Amino acid sequence: MATKLTTAGALTATIAMGAVIAGCAGAGGPQSDSGAITDDAIKLGVITDLSGVYSELAGPNAVEAVTMAVEDFKAEHGEDVVTQNIEVTDADHQNKPEIANTTAREMYDRDGVDAIFDVPTSSAALAVANVAKQNQKMYFNIGAATTELTGEQCNAYTYHYAYNTYMLAHGTGKTVTEQGAENWYIIYPDYAFGQDMNKSFTAAIKDAGGSVVKADPTPFPNDNFSTFMTKAPTLSPKPDVMGTMQAGGDLVNVVKQYNEFGLRDKGVELAVGLMFDTDIASIGVDKLEGTLYTTPWFWNLDDQSREWADRFKDRTGTRPTFDHAANYSAAMQYLQAIQRAGSDDADTVREELDGHTFDDFFARNAEFRAADHAVTHDAHLARVKEESDVEEDFDFTELVETIPADEAYMDAADSGCEMG
Amino acid sequence: MSGLLQQLFNGLVSGSFYALLALGLSVIFGMLGVVNFAHGAFYMLGAFGAFVLLDSAGLSWWLALLVVPILLGVIGMVLERLFVHRLMHLFPLYNFLLTFGIALILQDLIRMKYGVTSQPYARPSILDGSVDLGLFTYPKYQVFVFVFSIALSGLVWLVLSRTRVGMIVRASTERAELTQSLGIDVRRWVTPVFGFGIALAGLAGVLAAPMRAVNSSMGADLIIVIFAVVVIGGLGSVLGSVAAGYIVGMVTAIGNFYVPALSQSLVFVLMALVLLLRPAGLFGREEGVHA
Repeated sequence: MATKLTTAGALTATIAMGAVIAGCAGAGGPQSDSGAITDDAIKLGVITDLSGVYSELAGPNAVEAVTMAVEDFKAEHGEDVVTQNIEVTDADHQNKPEIANTTAREMYDRDGVDAIFDVPTSSAALAVANVAKQNQKMYFNIGAATTELTGEQCNAYTYHYAYNTYMLAHGTGKTVTEQGAENWYIIYPDYAFGQDMNKSFTAAIKDAGGSVVKADPTPFPNDNFSTFMTKAPTLSPKPDVMGTMQAGGDLVNVVKQYNEFGLRDKGVELAVGLMFDTDIASIGVDKLEGTLYTTPWFWNLDDQSREWADRFKDRTGTRPTFDHAANYSAAMQYLQAIQRAGSDDADTVREELDGHTFDDFFARNAEFRAADHAVTHDAHLARVKEESDVEEDFDFTELVETIPADEAYMDAADSGCEMG
Repeated sequence: MSGLLQQLFNGLVSGSFYALLALGLSVIFGMLGVVNFAHGAFYMLGAFGAFVLLDSAGLSWWLALLVVPILLGVIGMVLERLFVHRLMHLFPLYNFLLTFGIALILQDLIRMKYGVTSQPYARPSILDGSVDLGLFTYPKYQVFVFVFSIALSGLVWLVLSRTRVGMIVRASTERAELTQSLGIDVRRWVTPVFGFGIALAGLAGVLAAPMRAVNSSMGADLIIVIFAVVVIGGLGSVLGSVAAGYIVGMVTAIGNFYVPALSQSLVFVLMALVLLLRPAGLFGREEGVHA
């Protein structure tokens, strides 16, 4: 009797599975074989922070940037465009990995989204990478900084497009050390991003011949950094520079209190790990004059960038952050790859992208690196302008030097990525 | 040694904010039995009030220090009359939810208008630079914050202990029913006390604007610690909340210094310890808890 039941159970399971497999083949098979556009539509999904702390750095304007790319792409190809049906959908992940995970599943499975963009917050970014891998669908991460995306957790369907902690550390950490600030005191927020930044900065500083006197984790969020400000000048050896890995509101607190405690007068300079124009506006240009930081792009970089930033401002009323620019650029590269390949099948598109080199207003000397799926490009060491040189809102940054792509990104061999 | 003293002083400065906020929370709880979750939001509004007045009317920080708390106090009184008051005779959870809702609404209104990034605010130039305190030099502004909050707490204490109004408030804060039964109209004082607590929160916000990030979430981040402070000091104990404010500030500063990784949880460890050893809080009365 027991045997009979088991057999019957196994049979049911087999039939069920067969039906599922048949169902899948029925739905997806013919279109894939024809190598054309599934559902005769390309769907781009933007998962971003629509209302929280990153909603101004990324957020609704990231969606707008992707939409702008779609319009420009259609206009460029006119009649010859691979399909007129290109849709952009968006969703709020509230910077939470579990929401990002479900949203990505829904987008790929239910809404037929072909590629997901943006996804700020490292933990959420990694969650979506995992979904992309399972669903074998395209994913371009823009907003997150973790090197894990192209490291141990890399996969064939995930590209990391805009920046990472290695770039920030090698731009700022290395340059400031080489300029003579050999002893560092690092403070970092005690969560994934901060810990990753601390690791990358420490490595970069040591490479450049400097040393990290001390690295302190700080609570997150935190409005009181006085302990660290009073500790800094008493460390032995005395640090030449305080490296802050805080972001957003916490960074504002750090800079305000750094100025309060007059650390610059005590011989401790300030270096900032990650900074957006919005942060500079919050703190006040006068309080940050001369501060060095690394960024993949800023809108006032050159004519090409300014021209795009003007168009962006006409649509949104504000200047773009590098996240917005990178979302546009990634969406455009993705669509161009489909146009070249004549198919939106994920495997076809990633073969088309792997090893592809290009230049656009955002990414210079860029390459879709096949080995680890980092999209490598030049980065920029920037300096906050003198207040008297600021000509309009968000005109805060001047270029110090360009960091060539091969220095801005770690060697693919060292990334720890084993592409499955 | 001066290092340790300096950390203790750091703690006193951050404790100044805790003390002012906990004091307001504590009188409101004592008088109304309301755990005012919107307290953090009013702290945030205090900072934004200073910012808006400077930005749109060019009103200096000094004037803001006077005007903003009064404005917010009035708003607090209106809220008490319109909403809080109606739920007072119900289970305390109702007012907790009401004030939680008010906090979310205020926060989102500010977010709609000003976004999520911080607004710039410069400290008054007369408080630029630092002063020599003998063992170490310290930012002038932060010394001012500490002195100001100590003086204000002292003043509040004087009013509460030396005046007839103060005695009524104190009596109704600590034993409302008994005071009522002695023929004193406690209800008359409910609305002003609520407004006063809110005004203190707004004042702390104005004090914070020059040295902290002014954004919509600044109060929400702080309110949980303030609750812990009030519990440590003893619910409804006016002196306890002020003392606990400074104590928590100093403990956190020392924690930050020696074990930065632990500093975030230290205040809650302290709260757990206090609850275990003195369930009514450091300055609370045992019977008050069982009543």
